[in-house]
Parts: sequence; structure tokens; C-alpha cells
Amino acid sequence: MNTENSLQATTAVRPQLPDTRTVTLRVNGTTHQLQLAPWTSVLDALREHLQLTGTKKGCDHGQCGACTVLLDGKRINSCLTLAVMQENKEITTVEGLAKEGELHPVQQAFIDHDAFQCGYCTPGQICSVIGMVNEGKAKTLDDIRDLMSGNICRCGAYINIVKVAQEALEKNTGL
Amino acid sequence: MRPFTFTQAQDVDTAVQEVSLEGAKFVAGGTNLLDLMKIDVMSPSHLVDITQIALETIEETEAGGIRLGALAKNADTAYHELVETRYPLLSHAILAGATAQLRNMATDGGNLLQRTRCYYFYDTQTPCNKREPGSGCSAIQGYNRDLAILGTSEHCIATHPSDMCVALAALEATVHVTGKNGERAIPFADFHRLPGDTPHLDSNLQPDEIITSIELPAKGFAKHYTYLKLRDRASYAFALVSVAAALELEGDTIKEARIVLGGVAHKPWRVPEAEALLQGQKATRDNFRKVAEAYLQGAQGFGHNDFKIELAKRAIVRALEQATNR
Ligand SMILES: Cc1cc2nc3c(=O)[nH]c(=O)nc-3n(C[C@H](O)[C@H](O)[C@H](O)COP(=O)(O)OP(=O)(O)OC[C@H]3O[C@@H](n4cnc5c(N)ncnc54)[C@H](O)[C@@H]3O)c2cc1C
Ligand code: SF4
Ligand code: FES
Ligand code: FES
Repeated sequence: MNTENSLQATTAVRPQLPDTRTVTLRVNGTTHQLQLAPWTSVLDALREHLQLTGTKKGCDHGQCGACTVLLDGKRINSCLTLAVMQENKEITTVEGLAKEGELHPVQQAFIDHDAFQCGYCTPGQICSVIGMVNEGKAKTLDDIRDLMSGNICRCGAYINIVKVAQEALEKNTGL
Repeated sequence: MRPFTFTQAQDVDTAVQEVSLEGAKFVAGGTNLLDLMKIDVMSPSHLVDITQIALETIEETEAGGIRLGALAKNADTAYHELVETRYPLLSHAILAGATAQLRNMATDGGNLLQRTRCYYFYDTQTPCNKREPGSGCSAIQGYNRDLAILGTSEHCIATHPSDMCVALAALEATVHVTGKNGERAIPFADFHRLPGDTPHLDSNLQPDEIITSIELPAKGFAKHYTYLKLRDRASYAFALVSVAAALELEGDTIKEARIVLGGVAHKPWRVPEAEALLQGQKATRDNFRKVAEAYLQGAQGFGHNDFKIELAKRAIVRALEQATNR
């Protein structure tokens, strides 16, 4: 990210290097005050500054969905948004889903349906299924396939992921 | 990503002032700009966050149309009741693009200003006139399967990748902007540019101008419309060719036709003279094919994308048939 070189390159145009600033993030019901540079993505804030490494970095370019989290209940790619832009929003990651030691029904459904192999895409898939239920636009199997297409699974566990999504819709297991 | 300074504008005037700083850019949803900043294709030294400005409302206008706030999210726009019922063409076009996650962040203003998906534009190791004026175009002699067949220049054959914009062009939207010199309204057809010898400019928006809203006229073609997107996968891929088709029919006679192509040019491609060929005609496959031929007149392939010319013609015919039968 900020190597010696790129720091020097911008110094020429803009004498003052941007300082870190205090950023207040609400994550899984807890408020955190972090010292962050403005270019820190929500994903990097979660992983590098809050040690919440359940949210994965696949591509860092909005293409894979591994970094999917819920922002005020809706799905977003945490790699393509800056932490400084998401103050005062409720961020929910995979770590925030289990309640009182009980897995969220969608987490449990991933196990019951054997809907993963390596598991790398799974936290993003779980958040995405929950977001899909919350958003309330999926009705048919085709809708599920379309509205879950932002989550790539390199192991190809799609068939069982779709089963999880179907069950979540039927049981209305959102956030 | 290169370091940058960052401010949040609370109103349009402040935003316009702050973007006048050397090297400054607005950021809205961030889904295109941050992506390009990560790979150094764009490297603003200052970002002005405009998402705190109250510009996300979708409402009816006095003229009987609707106004989309520039900061309305793509998802909120596509699923808005006024859009779904009166402008379903727009709703379908938006939902044909990107993914649920991206549409939840992406804004309507940002969608208009998203940059091309030309692979060489993304690859800073190769010459590209759009990224670095005067360096040359790698695509013309290179791999150009996804690129333009209409309105190209010897300097650039990039396409505009938006789905939403294809529908907005068909619906004859107006883009409202505010800059240092005040407000102005830009008809959608004049918003984006052809590459000519200035391929680094995608649109006619001035650097100090902010899009405040997008206005749709009353006529929404809610009865006979189609957004047809042809791509390499069924979902989550950019268009090879797309067609926004809208018809006003009386029986099987066409009163008015709107046809706009996406994925084939540097801007949504509309040919009003060709559309006019359908006026007063019967909605038949033969007539549709005639229009399709007229639309693609002058089209030029660059090798890998030659197939797009016939594909676009067939897509026009199919889209018009679907629109008729809807
Ligand atoms: C993996 C992937 C797949 C995608 N697939 C598709 C697809 O199939 N079809 C499709 O149409 N799109 C697709 N997109 C693109 C997506 O639609 C755009 O990235 C999005 O619409 C941009 O909006 P934004 O608000 O995030 O813009 P930003 O990234 O915030 O900004 C984009 C540009 O617009 C400027 N800007 C933003 N708002 C304003 C304003 N109000 N006034 C003036 N300037 C402004 C910014 O300065 C910047 O230059 C895809 C994107 C990704 C990452
Ligand atoms: S087509 Fe345009 S964007 Fe692509 S390499 Fe050529 S100049 Fe660059
Ligand atoms: S890491 Fe964000 S979409 Fe791949
Ligand atoms: S389980 Fe391995 S990528 Fe999805």
C-alpha cells in the first residue's frame, strides 16, 4: 500500500501527508475508535485494525464477494468502501452473527447442507444470504442465483449454497 | 493506493469549491473510483466525499416525470415503486448490471461516470490514450473482443460499460449539474462523448461540476419495453451488446420507437433517423431487421470484435420482438 515511493510521489503535489484520523466504527454492536489513514478500506479496518479476520480478502476489487459484510442490514463489498465514509453505520460481520453461543440459522445451514469445501468464500456467502433475505427481493430460484452471483465460490459449492439460500428464504432467517 | 487527503462536503457549494483543489475528485459509492485507485489508473491527491449531501431523494416532478437524486443508490432506484411501475425499462437495466452488493453502494451519479472496462486502460504497463493521452492505443491492434464497433476513432475504441445509461438514453433523461458558474441541464444524448482526438474525456461534465440529479420525462414506455443484455455469463458480466428497446403501439402499428445500444460505443448509441423508420409501420420481424441494418450502418470491427456487428443486429430484432409481445 503506502510504500516509500508512493509517499514521495504525492509529497511533490501536496506537501502535507495526510494524517491518520480518529474514525468511529460500529461493528457487531460495539463502538470502536480507530486511528486510520483515509485510504483504509472497511475490509482492512476490520482485518488489520480490529483483528476481525472472518471477513476475507479475495480480490480487493469488488469481483469476488469474499469481503461481503452487512451495512445497516444490506450487503456491500467492504473492500470498495473507505472506513472514513462509514462512520455511524451498523456494520455486521460473520463474527457478529452467532447469538449466545448459538450459530445463526444460516451459519448452521451451511454446515447442514455441506455448502463449502475450503471455506474461504463462506463468511461472505453467509452474510450475502442474510443480506438477500433482509433485502426481500428474491422470490424464485432464478432470483436466488442472480442475487447471489456476486459471491464467487472457487470450490464450486454452488448447488448446496443455493439450497441454504432457499431454506433461508423459506424460514425468513435474516438479521 | 496512493495516499490522499480527504474531506466530507455537507452541501453542493462546498463540494464544488473543494473539488477545485488541484488533483481533487469526488467520491460517492466508491465502487469504480477506489477500484481504479488501487491499481494506480486514477490517482487523485484529494477526495471529496459527497455522500453526506442530501441528494438521494427520488420524487415526482411538476412536469409529470421523476427526479433521481445523484446519490440515490442503484439498488434503491431499481426497486423504487415509481421506477418499477412507470420506468420498468430503467429498473431492468440497472438490475442487469453488477451485483447486489455493488448496487447497494453504487450511486446514480457515479454510474454515469464509471470508466471503460478496456483491459489496456486497466493495465498501466501498456500504452492507452485514455489513461495517458498521446501514449497510443493498445486495443486497436491488440485484443479487442469487448470493444467498440461504432463511433470509434483512431485514438480509442473503448466502450462505455454502463447498463443504466443505455436505458436513460432511451428514456431521454436530463442530467442536472452544478459548477462554479452555476447550474445547467445536459440532455442525456450530449452527456457522454465520442473519443475523437480527446479519448481521455468520457463526458462533457466539467471538472468543477457535480451531478445533482437525473430527471426523467413523463413518458416511461411502461407497456412495451425490453432491456436485453448479451454477455459471456448469465449474470455478473459486462455487456458484449445490450439493447434498450421501448415502443408505443396502437394495435400492431408503431407510433414511436426508441432503440439504444450498449456495449458497442463510447456512449449509449442511438440513431434517431433509424428509429424513425419504424414510425407508422407494423411491428414485424422484417421491419425490425430493416431498422437493425440501419442502426449498424458504418459499423467497423477490429478483428476480435467483428462478431458484434451481426450480434447487435440480431439483438435489436429480438429486443423489439420482446418489447412488442410484452
Ligand atoms: C466487479 C464489478 C462489476 C460491475 N458490473 C457492472 C455492470 O455489469 N454494469 C454496469 O453498468 N456497471 C457495472 N459495474 C460498475 C458500477 O455500476 C459502477 O462502479 C458504479 O455505478 C459507480 O458508482 P459509484 O457511486 O460507486 O461511483 P464512484 O466510484 O464513487 O465514482 C465514479 C466516478 O464518478 C464521479 N462521481 C460520482 N458521483 C458524482 C457526482 N454526483 N457528480 C460528479 N461526479 C461524481 C467520481 O468522482 C468518480 O470519478 C461493475 C463494477 C464492479 C466493481
Ligand atoms: S481503446 Fe481507449 S481505453 Fe482502450 S487502450 Fe485504446 S485508448 Fe486506451
Ligand atoms: S475482496 Fe471484496 S469483492 Fe473480492
Ligand atoms: S468453499 Fe472454497 S471457495 Fe467457496
